[in-house]
Amino acid sequence: MKKVKAKEVIRLRNVSKHYPMGKFVVKALSHLEFKVYEGEFVAIMGPSGSGKSTAMNLVGSLDMPTHGTIYLDGDDISEFSESDLAQVRGKRIGFIFQSFNLIPNLTVKENVMLPMMFQGTSIEERSDKAEELLRLVELHDRMDHYPGEISGGQMQRVAIARSLANDPEVILADEPTGNLDTKTGAIVMEFLEKLNKEGKTVIMVTHDPDLAEKYADVVYWLLDGVLEKVTKRVGKRFVDVTKKAKKALVKKVRKKGKGGK
Amino acid sequence: MNFDYLILALKNLKHRGIRSWLTLLGIFIGVTAVVSLIGLGAGLQAAVGAQFGIGSTEVISVQAGGLSAYGPPGSGAVNKLTTDDVDAIERLSSVKVAIPRILSSGKMEFNDIVTFGIAASVPDGEKRKVAYEILDSEVEVGRLLKDGDVNKVMLGYNFWGSEDIFGKAVVTGKTVLIQDENFIVVGIMKKTGSLIFDNVVMMNEAPLRDLMDYGDDVDIIAVQVKDKDLMDDAKEDIEKLMRKQRDVDVGEEDFEVSTPEAMMDTVNSVLGGVQAFIIIIASISILVGALGIVNTMTTSVLERRKEIGIMKAIGATNYQVFLQFFFESGLLGFIGGLVGVILGTIVSSLGIIGINNFIGAELGLNFDFVLIGGALFGSFVVGAVAGVVPAMNAAKQDPVEALRG
Repeated sequence: MKKVKAKEVIRLRNVSKHYPMGKFVVKALSHLEFKVYEGEFVAIMGPSGSGKSTAMNLVGSLDMPTHGTIYLDGDDISEFSESDLAQVRGKRIGFIFQSFNLIPNLTVKENVMLPMMFQGTSIEERSDKAEELLRLVELHDRMDHYPGEISGGQMQRVAIARSLANDPEVILADEPTGNLDTKTGAIVMEFLEKLNKEGKTVIMVTHDPDLAEKYADVVYWLLDGVLEKVTKRVGKRFVDVTKKAKKALVKKVRKKGKGGK
Repeated sequence: MNFDYLILALKNLKHRGIRSWLTLLGIFIGVTAVVSLIGLGAGLQAAVGAQFGIGSTEVISVQAGGLSAYGPPGSGAVNKLTTDDVDAIERLSSVKVAIPRILSSGKMEFNDIVTFGIAASVPDGEKRKVAYEILDSEVEVGRLLKDGDVNKVMLGYNFWGSEDIFGKAVVTGKTVLIQDENFIVVGIMKKTGSLIFDNVVMMNEAPLRDLMDYGDDVDIIAVQVKDKDLMDDAKEDIEKLMRKQRDVDVGEEDFEVSTPEAMMDTVNSVLGGVQAFIIIIASISILVGALGIVNTMTTSVLERRKEIGIMKAIGATNYQVFLQFFFESGLLGFIGGLVGVILGTIVSSLGIIGINNFIGAELGLNFDFVLIGGALFGSFVVGAVAGVVPAMNAAKQDPVEALRG
């Protein structure tokens, strides 16, 4: 486990997201508290309908909360204009999606170049950087292929390269292995792990507890739109660090102490 | 950086090949029509002008009106012009020379085939030279008629240039039968493009009068004025004189005095009407094309919601998404315009070649680069304007909703 108590990259403070559905209001997420520090590998875990996708959209500043505040590098994102937010998103966050989300009529290289175009990078620089990133994910020989001409695992690696295009602080991966078989999924995860070791903050949304605990330092467990618990890696085990759990642990320890007297 | 969006737009259009081509059909038909029409402009005018026999710009023609039934100009009039009128006109101070002309229908036979056509007269003496000048008469082969040629004729180009009339070409030196009398062909005239002049038989005035039993009648008087700038004054003088000669009041004229400008005006107004009609059709076509672009772009925005979501997730601002769709739709218009300009230029080139062959002229192509540039820019604007609303819709998409597809 890395002992990084560095900068707070993302923080969600008492965040709720409600969707009006006719006469009803669907509470997708309620009172979520969430903190990510630089260099951490965080997993947001939960079954389907638990609100993890909503959480991901909020963390990725694709969506605005109904209540609460989201800080990105200490800045309240609700104060950004739509355009600023898009620029911030493009610069600070790299998205990796379950269904890869590559643009089909652009080549692999052009897909990787696209986020840089939105930041106004020159075409030469974009081209060089894209080639470098594709070499990193070992796909430089597939540069001029179209997404339809490569495998799912390769597409996800292209998506990883694309997420790194603007050298963001945070990689936000939504079920990155969801559409892949175990073997290719493992390759993709190895890339994410490697990036994390090189200092990138990785936030991964998954429904697979094994995957979460295999790679993440911290796991946020969601259930029915509520944060159920937060577990942290301590050595080879994960420890519940939720306030309630902490209190119970302290109580237990004290009890044991008393009993010992 | 806008150039990047242009390239991206081009790639997207290429990806939707057939749909893109179908979309720009309306634009390119409209632009083709406009470009070819304007490219043809001068050529069309010359071609139609030739049919009217408008050549010399300093000649006023006078002809009798009234019941003009079947036959060459002036020949069907009830109250014909006479040689007296010719003399009277010539005495006017503004007139240099007045040439009487007879145009008569008649029977002609050659190679055992009989046909009916028009015989026109050529005056004798000094007036002959003027007549040849006015009519721009030159021979392709042989020689022009001269004073004293009695049983001789000069033929229009088609008698020699085509075998349609008598089954074989009539060459100089051959004898043709006109109204059952023998005439020797001395010359073939150059091609004019006019269906009248290329099929006419020319002979000296006196023999034609005898042959057709014309007496003192005249069909058309061609008047050459002294001063080209005083054409309208001369026209008024002639009208005044003719009213007196024929004893008619103003407004009741049974004759017509026309200047080449007036005739050209008629040609132009007819052409103008045709052009206006084609431009209206072209405008409708472009409008339909623009609606086609709106339709295609709206569908495209709906179909590509996910792509819009991806673009926004990886950092595209609303404006950047707008630009992408805006350029796509502008490019649709531009490519439509480009195809239209190319096709229009081809059509007008072929048209000019056709006209040149038809009237034997050597008209050049009217390459109007301002028009071409304007058509291209205009098509881009039409496309871009058509794409504004769909592009705005694309830009407004909520990223989360859009990512769901």
